Amino acid sequence: MIQADLNVILPEIVLSVYAMAALLFTVYTGKDKMAGMLVWLTAALFVAMALFVGATANGTREAFGGMFVDDGFARFAKVTILLSAAAVLVMGQEYMARRNILRFEYPLLIALAVVGMMVMVSAGDLMALYMGLELQSLALYVVASLRRDSAKSTEAGLKYFVLGALSSGLLLYGASLTYGYAGTTLFSGIIAAAEGQAPLGLLFGIVFVISGMAFKVSAVPFHMWTPDVYEGSPTPITAFFATAPKMAAMGLFARVVHDAYGGVVGDWQQVIALLSVLSMFLGAVAAIGQTDIKRLMAYSSIAHMGFALMGLAAGTAFGVQAMLIYMAIYVTMNVGTFAFILSMERDGQPVTDIASLNMYSKAHPARAMAMLVLLFSLAGVPPLLGFFGKFYVLRAAYDGGLAWLAVAGVIASVIGAFYYLRIVFFMYFGEEQEELETARSPVLWSLLMVSATVMLVGIINMFGVETIAEAAAATLVN
Amino acid sequence: MDNLLSITTFIPTIAALILAVFLRGEDEAAQRNAKWVALIATSLTFVVSLFILAGFDASDTGFQFVEERNWLLGLQYKMGVDGISVLFVMLTTFMMPLTIAASWNVTHRVKEYMIAFLILETLMLGVFMALDLVLFYLFFEAGLIPMFLIIGIWGGKERIYASFKFFLYTFLGSVLMLVAMVAMFADAGTTDIPTLMNHQFASDSFSILGVYIVGGAQTLMFIAFFASFAVKMPMWPVHTWLPDAHVQAPTAGSVVLAAILLKMGGYGFLRFSLPMFPIGSEVMTPLVLWMSAIAIVYTSLVALAQEDMKKLIAYSSVAHMGYVTMGIFAANQQGIDGAIFQMLSHGFISGALFLCVGVIYDRMHTREIDAYGGLVNRMPAYALIFMLFTMANVGLPGTSGFIGEFLTLVGIFQVNTWVALVATSGVILSAAYALWLYRRVVMGDLIKESLKSISDMGKRERAIFAPLVVMTILLGVYPSLVTDIIGPSVEALITNYDAALADGHAASQTAANSH
Repeated sequence: MIQADLNVILPEIVLSVYAMAALLFTVYTGKDKMAGMLVWLTAALFVAMALFVGATANGTREAFGGMFVDDGFARFAKVTILLSAAAVLVMGQEYMARRNILRFEYPLLIALAVVGMMVMVSAGDLMALYMGLELQSLALYVVASLRRDSAKSTEAGLKYFVLGALSSGLLLYGASLTYGYAGTTLFSGIIAAAEGQAPLGLLFGIVFVISGMAFKVSAVPFHMWTPDVYEGSPTPITAFFATAPKMAAMGLFARVVHDAYGGVVGDWQQVIALLSVLSMFLGAVAAIGQTDIKRLMAYSSIAHMGFALMGLAAGTAFGVQAMLIYMAIYVTMNVGTFAFILSMERDGQPVTDIASLNMYSKAHPARAMAMLVLLFSLAGVPPLLGFFGKFYVLRAAYDGGLAWLAVAGVIASVIGAFYYLRIVFFMYFGEEQEELETARSPVLWSLLMVSATVMLVGIINMFGVETIAEAAAATLVN
Repeated sequence: MDNLLSITTFIPTIAALILAVFLRGEDEAAQRNAKWVALIATSLTFVVSLFILAGFDASDTGFQFVEERNWLLGLQYKMGVDGISVLFVMLTTFMMPLTIAASWNVTHRVKEYMIAFLILETLMLGVFMALDLVLFYLFFEAGLIPMFLIIGIWGGKERIYASFKFFLYTFLGSVLMLVAMVAMFADAGTTDIPTLMNHQFASDSFSILGVYIVGGAQTLMFIAFFASFAVKMPMWPVHTWLPDAHVQAPTAGSVVLAAILLKMGGYGFLRFSLPMFPIGSEVMTPLVLWMSAIAIVYTSLVALAQEDMKKLIAYSSVAHMGYVTMGIFAANQQGIDGAIFQMLSHGFISGALFLCVGVIYDRMHTREIDAYGGLVNRMPAYALIFMLFTMANVGLPGTSGFIGEFLTLVGIFQVNTWVALVATSGVILSAAYALWLYRRVVMGDLIKESLKSISDMGKRERAIFAPLVVMTILLGVYPSLVTDIIGPSVEALITNYDAALADGHAASQTAANSH
């Protein structure tokens, strides 16, 4: 029995053991001198685990009496998390080394955060859920304030911690209400208890749990931490925040609402639809006035979460499939965009001011072109892959009877297009001025190019992700 | 040649890729290479597209040269042409080499310029060939990106305002269409355009939020599509992006915009609105007709007051597009034949007029009408060509402009005499502003010091105008070249439309009786 359980959580065990062993080893030996190597090692391990998770297992397996579920949905989310985390780790390495903030704890904390995320998306029980969520969050609080001597970075870490603790409190409160009315923390038990008419207390529980998770995906009105944390954290960390944790939180969201509260779709559907429409509009409107590209990306991620939630709000298997595809595309776009942001510098110092991109296309036509593709993809303009993400969630929302949400979504996407166009405007239409330098990094260059190419070529068949996501969604919703 | 359409569509993209990947440097040789690659690619596209025309069977009202492949999400990659779309394809491939040739004097970032135009050609061709809703939307919307860049990078002084306005206006117009497409997909279970044309969408009236909607879902879908096509067309009162875009765009950009991009709206009405939402179209027809009539008169009056040549021609485009929408929604053979004819002829004429402005703009760098006068003294060839296209724009018999206006007016007269009456007054107004423009620019004495050394058109410029002159006169004296091809398809379209309306009325009659 134990043997079988351990087999199911093998990837998580490998990563945790690796993180702890590497921590011990580096403390006793080279410390920060080893950091560069550790980054590559951790990234390689992520990729290996992604291959392992993606290639080996099939079917649905449960461990520890249903507290941990390994199904197609979890595997889809895990592969996305692992690959994006690997990409972000690798691309931040040079940036951090040059600014003397590449500590050996960094890759290991990320590894632990990733373990937490993998537990989150596999959780089959409120306890497992909380355990994964906190493991992830605690690791992220620390990396947010990695630049200890910067007031902004420590402020970001502190804000993130305080608000994160609040959201955990909300979530725990909701979990305890759920436990009180369902008599169990197991998702399978909760869904049975909520069959037909859910007790009022359980509904309250759902609302609190959803609020807690909305914090993690930074959906409006629980988004306040996002711009500050994005701006304050070192850029590689921001890149990480924008990718893997978002996927994990959305995965967790889908897991909880479908596995635990799948019997009362009508009740949580309205809540998520509201979160979705608020996020889309606030993300679109608030980003217009931003001058810092990291803050802009924070609002952009809020708007994108709104779209992903639109898929979830549909409450159908197709909705989950749409959400998964949307998130996979979103993560790919963000890896490329942050690879670009990481390479922006002047006199060796990082620059995040949008206006500094003035006439960037003149000096770096290839990079500007790639960024152009990514920006239009982020805006959801066809024929780029970002459009298909939007098309999936719109279709899901319409099929789920939320036509009004679809209409609201497309209007928000027009407003949102404005600020992406603004970056294009600076890069292509601006006046000539002092040129922005670009960090000469083959890693950043290739990630940017790969990401842009995926946006263009992916429209042919989406690299087969569609069928995988469909199968994944089918294992979650039945 | 099973995939002739795809080959035609993607030749320009391949050329653009070659330019993007292999062409390095900004020197003169690189610029020349970029221009030649673009010119050869667009000419090759035209030659290949001639095979489409040659192999096209006008008596067959179905889609021809159909290609079909499965794609994501149950969508298809499906291309095909029928009598309505084939000539728009030809118009596009015909105009593009001329556009490239007209940009021979561009020196600023030539490589990117040519790439943008080549990509734009692919997207425009795709719009006219796509037989899948989402594929159509993909091409339709994607055209915004290169056009946004063309206006924004190579445009005039106010280019940034114009490019943003162009992008956001048209984007907002078409996202509602996207929602309607999602709804159609959900309702019919397919995005195949030929299937959807025979699908009966629900037309039971209902009320939302207290508003009673006659024609129900069909009317709503019609409005969503209308929002997109009316902006693209552009129809009064959502035309305001067009003068800005035209004035700021470089000459070649204006030509493409006027000659081809505006036709997408009219094509959309014919491909989607009439066949797919007949009941919705019928409900909305009076509104559309009056909007067209107002557009014809109002924008003609506005054109009279313009100081800027490009703006004047832009407003005249809006007026001429008014004839098109009027003809389409007259929904009879003359009206629709006339509308298609008017779109094709306007493609040649307005393109030529913008080129005429470009010729003197290249020399004097101003588009102010007051800055010119008496050009006939130094530029006789130019005066002749400009006169021909001014007359064609007015709709002088013997030019293609006449046929289009006349047929649409004949069509509308049978449907709504009052609209016909108002619209006909537009013919006089168009003569007024066009002739007055011509008089102020070309006639009179050459008194302006700055114009004393202006030179007449060179060989390249004459060569660009020659095909346009031929087409304008040829279609003017021998219109059945066009009507023979579009006729059968239009007839089939009208038969289906009338049948669907009759069905719809019978259904609502029985519904009323049973209450």
